[in-house]
Amino acid sequence: MLRFILTRISLVVPTFIGILLLSFMLIRLVPGDPIEVRFGERGIAPERLAQLRAEMGLDQPLYVQFLDYLGHVARGDLGVSISTKNPVLTEFLALFPATVELGLCAMIFAIVFGLPAGVFAAVKRGSVFDHALMSTSLTGFSMPIFWWGLLLILLFSVQLGWTPVSGRLAALYYIEPTTGFMLIDSLLSDEKGAFLSALRHLILPTVVLGTIPLAVVARMTRSSMLEVLNEDYIRTARAKGLSSFRVIGIHGLRNAMIPVVTVIGLQVGSLLGGAILTESIFAWPGVASWLIEAINRRDYPVLQGGVLLVASLVMLVNLAVDVLYGMLNPRIRR
Amino acid sequence: MPALLEIRGLTVEFTTSRGILRAVDRVDMDVAEGEVLGVVGESGSGKSVSMLALMGLLGSNAKLTADRLAFAGTDLLTLTPRQRRKLVGKDVAMIFQEPTTSLNPCFTVGFQIVEALKEHMGGTRKWRRDRAVELLNLVGIPDPGARLNAFPHQLSGGMNQRVMIAMAIACQPRLLIADEPTTALDVTIQAQILELLTRLQRQHNMAMVLITHDMAVVSETAQRVQVMYAGQLVETRSADDLFSRPRHPYTAALLSSLPEHAERRARLATIPGLVPGIGDRPVGCLFSPRCAHANDRCRAERPDLYRDPEGLARCFYPLDDSGRPEGVAA
Repeated sequence: MLRFILTRISLVVPTFIGILLLSFMLIRLVPGDPIEVRFGERGIAPERLAQLRAEMGLDQPLYVQFLDYLGHVARGDLGVSISTKNPVLTEFLALFPATVELGLCAMIFAIVFGLPAGVFAAVKRGSVFDHALMSTSLTGFSMPIFWWGLLLILLFSVQLGWTPVSGRLAALYYIEPTTGFMLIDSLLSDEKGAFLSALRHLILPTVVLGTIPLAVVARMTRSSMLEVLNEDYIRTARAKGLSSFRVIGIHGLRNAMIPVVTVIGLQVGSLLGGAILTESIFAWPGVASWLIEAINRRDYPVLQGGVLLVASLVMLVNLAVDVLYGMLNPRIRR
Repeated sequence: MPALLEIRGLTVEFTTSRGILRAVDRVDMDVAEGEVLGVVGESGSGKSVSMLALMGLLGSNAKLTADRLAFAGTDLLTLTPRQRRKLVGKDVAMIFQEPTTSLNPCFTVGFQIVEALKEHMGGTRKWRRDRAVELLNLVGIPDPGARLNAFPHQLSGGMNQRVMIAMAIACQPRLLIADEPTTALDVTIQAQILELLTRLQRQHNMAMVLITHDMAVVSETAQRVQVMYAGQLVETRSADDLFSRPRHPYTAALLSSLPEHAERRARLATIPGLVPGIGDRPVGCLFSPRCAHANDRCRAERPDLYRDPEGLARCFYPLDDSGRPEGVAA
């Protein structure tokens, strides 16, 4: 098992270098550097521009800038934001819990509803439920996030008034961040009603962000379960006189989970992509909206650092999934 | 001896995209307490399907009808699924052809044996574990205590079949159905597994239905034999009589394809053609297209099972002691 994990970790290194290079290059391909963008239409005197560029090291050749950046990253220094002058890591850490909270809730939502739905559809193959689930999940999978989000806001927030339109918490509460997770912080605080408010703010973004993973998990579970239910060992389990709940829930699901876990792991990457749209729609104060602002301001350190941190996280999650996969599937452990 | 298993007129039909396939056609079967019954036939003869039907393991596209399906006096047709589960796996157990795929790859063999015990016997955790060790020891697995934690992929096919047997006999069944238990194994292992099965059968006075296409396997173990062809029972009698004086031409043909019967001939005898499938069932006797003795009557009419002094044969012209059809000019 240890060797298995070490092999996986060694594969992370080249990916990490690729991300460093990409995040550094891509933002520099966008026209306009941080200084030009800051002064915008007002313009700036060429001498002053050259002076500011020299101060930030932007007048150096690209490879020098990159090596300089690499040196800082190697020392654990992601730099400071050009617009706020705060360390990138500090800003990231302050905003990241909000994104994680949203992402976790969306993933839990997808698994809690997708897994049982997929299992049920497989067991009742060809039934009305099966067909209904498969067509809704296809719709859900193809739904553009920004449109789906606006639709839900229009119905539940504007028409019915059941949920707030945006934000993370009603303005009348103030919660001191301790864990950064609003659901937990509001429970820990003395503010009555803050938890309910946080929960109500979470519902729509969770549904919007969780819809695509939900569809993917349900479809994957169904097809994987269908395959497993035809296996000989399922017949053996039934021949033992076990209840169908045990046959499907223990013998079937354990095997069917193996590809589903992989797919869930892969979804984490696209989940963060979806989070960027979701956070923008719901004005969710997370990493994604921070990154979008950084793009608009060409805040190179924030973008490089932010992308690097998010990408490392996705790699970590995929590593964890690989390890979990090994635990679920005894055949690949050695 | 009262019949432990009593089957009358068992019919299983599958709905397929090409129509209805009758895989088992009004089959009767009796198994007495402690008896070993061999069921032989080629692939597609319905021998496995009829036993899966008994176990309640058929898929939802199968339709089962029977005049009577009883185990130890209990009518299985009227049982609720829950009541049936109390019987299946406890009093009637089954082992399968492919031991390696028949065990769940995600669980240790210990877990899978203990699970059967837990379902039907209860007992404490320690008792179940001790019993599992005892069972592995009984089926001849060395170092049983350590093997409990092994996964199926860490054991050989022969070992896995031993585990399957241990699992099947865990709750001391009165009837064990062995569906081609040695087909997927090496020849050297086949003999060991057969020996193990017969030893356990005698020690526990357990009835056994041994499904196989291998006549040699039957001759070594079974007391009585039923021969099936295209879903129908074609011949049944004691093993001794069947091997010395087969009455049905199909049985005779199966026997003459055994290597030990081919001493005087240079080439091994074969049966030409295939078991009829869904669309090509003959009007007359189902075996007539492949039968060396078939005449116009055989091709036009379906024979019933006819009783003779030693057993039953589904043939208008059963073979006599010299192996020639009766009532037909030579």
